[in-house]
Amino acid sequence: MIPEFDSFNLPILSLIVLTPALVALVLCLVDRNNRALIRQLALMGSFLTLLFSLLMVANFDSNLGTMQLEEQHSWIESLGISYHLGVDGISILLVLLTCFTMPFVFLSTWAAIGDRVKEFHIALLLLQTGMVGAFVSLDLILFYLYYEAMLIPMYLIIGIWGGKERIYAALKFFIFTMVGSLLMFLGILYLYNHAGTFDLPVLMERLRTTHPLGSDQQLWLFLAFTLSFAIKVPLFPLHTWLPDAHVQAPTAGSVVLAGVLLKMGTYGLLRFAIPLFPEAAFDLQSMMAWLAIIGIVFGACMALVQNDIKKLIAYSSVSHLGFVVLACFIPNLEALTGAILQMVNHGLSTGMLFLMIGIIYERRHTRELADYGGICKVVPIFTIFFLLAVLSSIGLPGLNGFVGEFLLLYGVFSSVPLWGCLATTGVLLGALYMLNMVKKFLFGPLVHEENHHIEDLNTRELIYLIPFVVMMVWLGLYPAPFIKMVQPTLTLYVEMLQN
Amino acid sequence: MDTNLLWIVLLPFLGFLINGLLGRKLGHKTVSVIACLLPVLSFVVSYAAWSRLVDGANALHWNGFPWIWLEGTLEVPFALHFDGLAAVMCLVITGVGSVIHLYSIGYMKGDPGYHRYFSYLNLFTAFMLLLVLADNLLLMFIGWEGVGLCSYLLIGFWYEDDANCAAGKKAFIVNRIGDLAFLIGMFVCLQHFGSLDISMLTSAEEITRVSAETLTFPWGAASVVTTIAVLLFIGATGKSAQIPLFVWLPDAMAGPTPVSALIHAATMVTSGVYLCCRLMPLFEASPAAMGLIAAVGACTALLAAFIAFTQNDIKKVLAYSTISQLGYMFFAVGMGAFSAALFHLVTHAFFKALLFLGSGSVIHAMHHEQDMRKMGGLRNRLPFTHITFLIGTLAIAGVPPLAGFFSKDEILFAGFQQGFLNAVGSAQLFWLISFLTAGMTAFYMIRCVAMTFWGESHVEESLERNVHEPGGWIGFALFVLAIASALGGFLNVPEFLGGHASLGHFTGLHHSTSDLSVDQLRSLHVSEWQSMLLSVLIAGSGLMLGIHCYGKGRDLRTSFNDSSAGKALGRLSASKFYVDEIYDRIFVRPFETLSHLLFILIDRIIIDGILVNGLALLTRSTGNVFRRIQTGYIPGYLLTFGCGVLVLIFILLNFLREGGAQ
Repeated sequence: MIPEFDSFNLPILSLIVLTPALVALVLCLVDRNNRALIRQLALMGSFLTLLFSLLMVANFDSNLGTMQLEEQHSWIESLGISYHLGVDGISILLVLLTCFTMPFVFLSTWAAIGDRVKEFHIALLLLQTGMVGAFVSLDLILFYLYYEAMLIPMYLIIGIWGGKERIYAALKFFIFTMVGSLLMFLGILYLYNHAGTFDLPVLMERLRTTHPLGSDQQLWLFLAFTLSFAIKVPLFPLHTWLPDAHVQAPTAGSVVLAGVLLKMGTYGLLRFAIPLFPEAAFDLQSMMAWLAIIGIVFGACMALVQNDIKKLIAYSSVSHLGFVVLACFIPNLEALTGAILQMVNHGLSTGMLFLMIGIIYERRHTRELADYGGICKVVPIFTIFFLLAVLSSIGLPGLNGFVGEFLLLYGVFSSVPLWGCLATTGVLLGALYMLNMVKKFLFGPLVHEENHHIEDLNTRELIYLIPFVVMMVWLGLYPAPFIKMVQPTLTLYVEMLQN
Repeated sequence: MDTNLLWIVLLPFLGFLINGLLGRKLGHKTVSVIACLLPVLSFVVSYAAWSRLVDGANALHWNGFPWIWLEGTLEVPFALHFDGLAAVMCLVITGVGSVIHLYSIGYMKGDPGYHRYFSYLNLFTAFMLLLVLADNLLLMFIGWEGVGLCSYLLIGFWYEDDANCAAGKKAFIVNRIGDLAFLIGMFVCLQHFGSLDISMLTSAEEITRVSAETLTFPWGAASVVTTIAVLLFIGATGKSAQIPLFVWLPDAMAGPTPVSALIHAATMVTSGVYLCCRLMPLFEASPAAMGLIAAVGACTALLAAFIAFTQNDIKKVLAYSTISQLGYMFFAVGMGAFSAALFHLVTHAFFKALLFLGSGSVIHAMHHEQDMRKMGGLRNRLPFTHITFLIGTLAIAGVPPLAGFFSKDEILFAGFQQGFLNAVGSAQLFWLISFLTAGMTAFYMIRCVAMTFWGESHVEESLERNVHEPGGWIGFALFVLAIASALGGFLNVPEFLGGHASLGHFTGLHHSTSDLSVDQLRSLHVSEWQSMLLSVLIAGSGLMLGIHCYGKGRDLRTSFNDSSAGKALGRLSASKFYVDEIYDRIFVRPFETLSHLLFILIDRIIIDGILVNGLALLTRSTGNVFRRIQTGYIPGYLLTFGCGVLVLIFILLNFLREGGAQ
């Protein structure tokens, strides 16, 4: 049995959020030429955070559906802003995913980033603080701060360590996201003005009882919040920043972007936009669902015609997250559980795909499909891992993707059969573009001279890929404990929405 | 609770893990021992479980662990179930599977991907066993897609050839189309039965309860049971290569020949038939779905047999023959003769595996030549292969008393009974189609034998000297399967021939005749005799006609060419009815073009071009306009500044007042 550490009364969530930032501070003091030390410190910091997140799971009671491990300290009292953290079934898996991904992201950069190593690690660590902070914040201003704080390191990562068109991509990324968050900020201020609090649980209570919003107000506020999150997801037709950002970002940036950052959008929908303004969400349900369905099919069609592997996977993210958005707007247990599992699954499979493309890019410095073909002969171990990631991404039963996909699609189907059927076609299209890519990338004759001597995976790379595979199999064959963590919260959530 | 069941699946899976992870370092010998021993052990465990059933035990069950488990809402366990039907399937899969594993030792000797081949083959066996042992549809779906994955990997096994990879991809994608229907079928099951457990889906009370419910579609109403049955059947048409999704199977012949024998003939492609048998009560509750299944089965049988007439690639003939025989099985399902369908599945596993392995032996001897026009006269060089191949041919043609005779006769009689004794109009037509197909089967198979083994040799001389019997494990496998093909029919001898229909009774698929009176039984037996006589006649005439046409080395197409109608038919057959081309024109290419168009139109032009970069342009140009405000004239700035401050103060005051009020 896992021992109970609760008696120590550790502020576990704060530790998870702040450790990376503290390590970043320490890194500021390290000599910039001592790369090995910088890398090791950052890696140790992220492993420490992972450890804290496991501690969080150990102290998390899967039978409760309420906020747990809450911490609240007053901060700016005059405006009622407090430092309020907490975790429940909606956020716990995402925190875990973030903390799980980061150490391996750090490991993956050891060969890829040789330039301004110190700044790069500091940026990544601050990014982690921002991401986890946003997932566990229960105060709107605190959330907004973390939400915005993520933007800057990501902007720098793309803009400094990116590819040829990095400035355009970084700017596009920044402006797209900024536009959305500004509207959300106005929404937050309006809510404060209306209900007099920034504290999420209090606010929800007041909106339901003492300070109900009129339907017009709900509608506009919902749109303000949703626009911000929809850009982050990204939902069709707000998605065009994503392929550019992915193609230009360095591997680590892509992994974090696809693995965690995009989920900020769907998490925001689940945590804020829908429960705060349920009537507006209900009124706009079919519009959002259709956008999501179009996104599923459109993203898949786009992925089919890409020649750049990273772009292809970026579009596949548009398609996959379309499923999640669709499910967010279906108020039943199956769909919502599926949505949360799918966020995690997408993080694992797409994160791993980007890591692996990074590996091959380091060796060949190209991402064009036409430059490859037949390399499975040269890199057999790479091929096995890549195939596993692809199979997880296309939802092969027995791996993680299927579990979430099945619950999600069934949930949607049981609520609106037509949407369920249309979304299911995404499963077919997913297999189509992925296998097309695999065929051009790995199989066929080995035509290019340069590809004859690609080095296969080395130990460091195996070390950071194997955990992904383990999680994929675990979540695919025995997802019950993870579902159990999510279920009580979502049961309450669905009840609340249905009232 | 019987944990032994898990070992049936786990043993081959272990083989996959060992050979997959360490195979590169182990020698060929160790790889082969591991790869063949584990399926054999799995056979032994299955046999032990089977003998417990024979001794009168109830079905064995392994409760497993919770899999997709939403407490109280949707609970799907990872649990296994072993009853008569599963037992027969397990024995066929591990039995025939082990023989083919052994055969592969000889066939794949020296291949650089030796360990990879065997690990895939083991993985396939594991998934196939999971498919038949699963106690719910969702778990079955793991096996269902898993075997599809292995099929994909093995078709594209020689990945350096683009055509092989394309064939593998096609197989996976076409199967996925069927799988979508399977998935949606499961959704409907969950919604109306509230469960995916096979025991629930086949329980009489549940089916009666659900049959009352109907669903409305834009094109009209249908009962829930029919909807489920049709959706699951569409899933089956993918895996079991029926119209309209059969196009992947002929291409799948790109894989190594033992793979074609195991996956694309004996086991995987029959899983659609297995699914129908597994859910027999559900399908029986929907006459509409049964009619559809019979029609699709009969038409597929005819179409594929007709295409097989003119194929010159020995494996393509066998591939179309497989499609045709699978059509037979579905025809039987549609006629309600589930026991006959399963029986034909078993005998077909024997003789089609034998035929494929025989063709593999020829191909191996001929250094990967598959064109029958470049063969001929091989019976002198390959006498053993010739004899076994001939046994397989006679078995599939339905010559008594070989395996195919019994099973095919049972199917034809089922059609005969439905059509003429129960006077169902459509069944008469389908019976006639299947009846004709029986003759056609005999004809194209004897053509295949004649072109390959008989007549003059068309083998290149340099090659001919080296052609010799492979021997070793290859010979052993042919021997075992030849015996099975010869004697397999006695598993299920019908009652009117003095048998007990043991297979049908054991699996619980046989419809009992005990409630019939003596007179009814006698008249039934008379018509069974008539039907049998007819099927022997048609098989015999097919064979005779084939020998007549090809015995003297004539090509049928030359005789077809005499009439223009014959010419057109011949071309239609040789071009496989242009199905691939039609699909390509209607679905594949328009979809790709559309995707390209959308990419350029929506992403590049509308969103990025007009909206995003257009907006940026707008900002820049408005910037240019408003730049003129920056005059450098200080009093002007001050005035603007002052106005701004006033507005801000106003807003702030308002804000604080309202905030304070609450």
